[in-house]
Amino acid sequence: MKKAEASMQTLVAYVENKPGVLNRVASLARRLAINIDSLTVGPTENEEIARMTIVAHTDEKGAHRLEASLEKLVDVLLAENISERSLLERDLALIKVLADQQSRPHLMELIKVFRARVVDVAPESLILEVSGTVDKIDGLLEVLRPFGVLEMARTGRIAMTRGGDLLRPPVAAPGDADLASTGSKLK
Amino acid sequence: MKLTGAEILCESLTRLGVRHIFGYPGGAILPVYDALGKSKLHHILVRHEQGATHMADGYARASGGVGVAMATSGPGATNMVTGIATAMLDSSPVVCITGQVSSKLLGSDAFQEIDITGITMPITKHNVVVSRADDVARTAREAFLIANSGRPGPVLVDITKDAQQASTEFNWEASAPQLPPKRLRNHHDQAEFDRAVELLNSAKRPIILAGRGIMLSGAMRVFEQFVRAGNFPVAMTLLGIGCFPAKDPMNLGMMGMHGEAWVNHAIQESDLLIAVGMRFDDRVTGDLRTYAKGARKIHIEIDRAEINKNVPVDAALIGDAREVLEKLLPALEKRERGDWLAHIRELKGDSAVRDIQNLPDSGHLYAAHVINDLWKETKGEAIVVTDVGQHQMWEAQYYHHDQPRTLITSGGLGTMGFALPAAIGAKFAKPDSEVWVVVGDGGFQMTMSELATIVQEKIKINIAIINNGYLGMVRQWQEFFYDKRYVATPLVAPDFAALANAFGIRGERITSRGDVTPTIRSAREASETVLIDFRVEQEDSVYPMVPAGGSLHEMIRRPNNPLVETATEP
Repeated sequence: MKKAEASMQTLVAYVENKPGVLNRVASLARRLAINIDSLTVGPTENEEIARMTIVAHTDEKGAHRLEASLEKLVDVLLAENISERSLLERDLALIKVLADQQSRPHLMELIKVFRARVVDVAPESLILEVSGTVDKIDGLLEVLRPFGVLEMARTGRIAMTRGGDLLRPPVAAPGDADLASTGSKLK
Repeated sequence: MKLTGAEILCESLTRLGVRHIFGYPGGAILPVYDALGKSKLHHILVRHEQGATHMADGYARASGGVGVAMATSGPGATNMVTGIATAMLDSSPVVCITGQVSSKLLGSDAFQEIDITGITMPITKHNVVVSRADDVARTAREAFLIANSGRPGPVLVDITKDAQQASTEFNWEASAPQLPPKRLRNHHDQAEFDRAVELLNSAKRPIILAGRGIMLSGAMRVFEQFVRAGNFPVAMTLLGIGCFPAKDPMNLGMMGMHGEAWVNHAIQESDLLIAVGMRFDDRVTGDLRTYAKGARKIHIEIDRAEINKNVPVDAALIGDAREVLEKLLPALEKRERGDWLAHIRELKGDSAVRDIQNLPDSGHLYAAHVINDLWKETKGEAIVVTDVGQHQMWEAQYYHHDQPRTLITSGGLGTMGFALPAAIGAKFAKPDSEVWVVVGDGGFQMTMSELATIVQEKIKINIAIINNGYLGMVRQWQEFFYDKRYVATPLVAPDFAALANAFGIRGERITSRGDVTPTIRSAREASETVLIDFRVEQEDSVYPMVPAGGSLHEMIRRPNNPLVETATEP
């Protein structure tokens, strides 16, 4: 058995886009005593199906239980732990930071380095928009802190496997042999 | 054809094959009851909604079909919670239908409004609120499909009063289930299958751990072929009892906390565990760090979430037990396993259960005697429904079940009060079968109001109360682990025979061994329900016992007391 070390595990789930599903997913994590670090939900190209990215602080065994238990929920079409796969992760943050005449030029330098954007300008503050990996946003936050961070909102992570490694919702009726092939490598 | 939501529900249930509904009416479900009166469905009025869920559960377990319970909103629904959880933990297909306040009142704390889908979310396989008459038929069909497919479990359908009252066009064909498409996961790869076959054919000391999944998938026949083909000894979980005949020489009996010593020793000494439709519950494994250390493990299981949950396995075959066994069977190579089987026989001889029939009558009445006499008298053919505690373990040890679905017991949740209502449900499922309730004096007092249901429905079952004046299993733990400080376990009970009489049921009280068999006989011959109050030894304990969290091979053995221990095998 592998040593049980807690780390950040990233799961993607396709769920029915209807009331109560988020509650079921969150309640399941609570029942398994797994702490969710971030959970994002958004629509997919099919409006009846939503896609979730769940980042949880747990070990590999916990991630397996979460994945398998999620898939037992009637409203969950597919759940998959993609932590070990080659993937792209993005987080987006809006940061309202103090910016007076003196600090503003220095701030603008940092913003350029981090490829953030100024999306709101007020006499005493700026709102920055930055997207990227969690590390990048944390890094920006670190250097902004001395200027005075007034407010922050983050979306939480969304993730997608790279290239031909497709993770698509199953579409056919149960019993359809094609179902077995969804979620596998692109043919 | 225009029908109300309530009428559509009754029509749908009828088309789904339902004949019996266990329930209790109230304001928010009244439209359904009004429609029930015009249908051919047989409604059994219970005395408490917990009883309704246990009855539906007992019905499901005895029949293999879906049991249906019904209640009103609010307290009617919350009273179902224990029964739903019981069904969930033992994978029993039960559909619970609750009334709900009208949709426009939802969330307003209206009279008898409660968020029952919120409450039951973690204890149902699925639950749903129906607030439109148009959705009633489809939802009912989906509920039955979900409850009794895959790993079965309870489903709750909460129907608002306006959805029951509204009229709509009823179209059965257009109301087919529309469940979200799922990825099938039971396509284990060939490598996993080959590894399992390799393990099966190379094992020197294999043992099968047989669980309830065998019964749920109807795999009894192929399972027996599998046992024969591989010459595998079989250990049973509590809920697996009956899926393989007790009289079969390859059946070692029950494993785990109160399993016989040779069974647990065989597991500990094995080099391959073949787990079929069981989930390595802590009552089965004891301390996981010392559990079957020298054994490789194969897990045949339909629920992927059970794989590697408690015990890491070497090969996981995810799927329906019957299908997996059918696939494995042709790959099995016959092995004699003479040494291994001889060794198990030796273990058994060393600590053999004492054919308690041969014991002299010491003037004491032991629960094990009562249960063993009951087994003998009924030729092991009755459906026995137990409660939870010492009597439950004695039943598992001394009533030998050869047929599936003849032991009905609350294993996972361990719900006291289960036996009497579950037995009523079982009787409706199997009206021609002999049904016995085996229940303690504690558990019986939790749901004994259902005696009135028996009388009102004019059904015939037999009730054996194993009455020791204690909450016996808890007392036993206090004896072993709390220095005999019997806090809150001595228990005053009514005169059960007189109580039965008050309900209009024949009651007997037995205090000596000699009266056991004649009274069982007379109860069996009676055409109406008979309750027998067996006043057994008060401070008897269930042996062997693996203390909670202890290692499986470190059991508290039967004391060297000739009253409860002999060395002779029949």
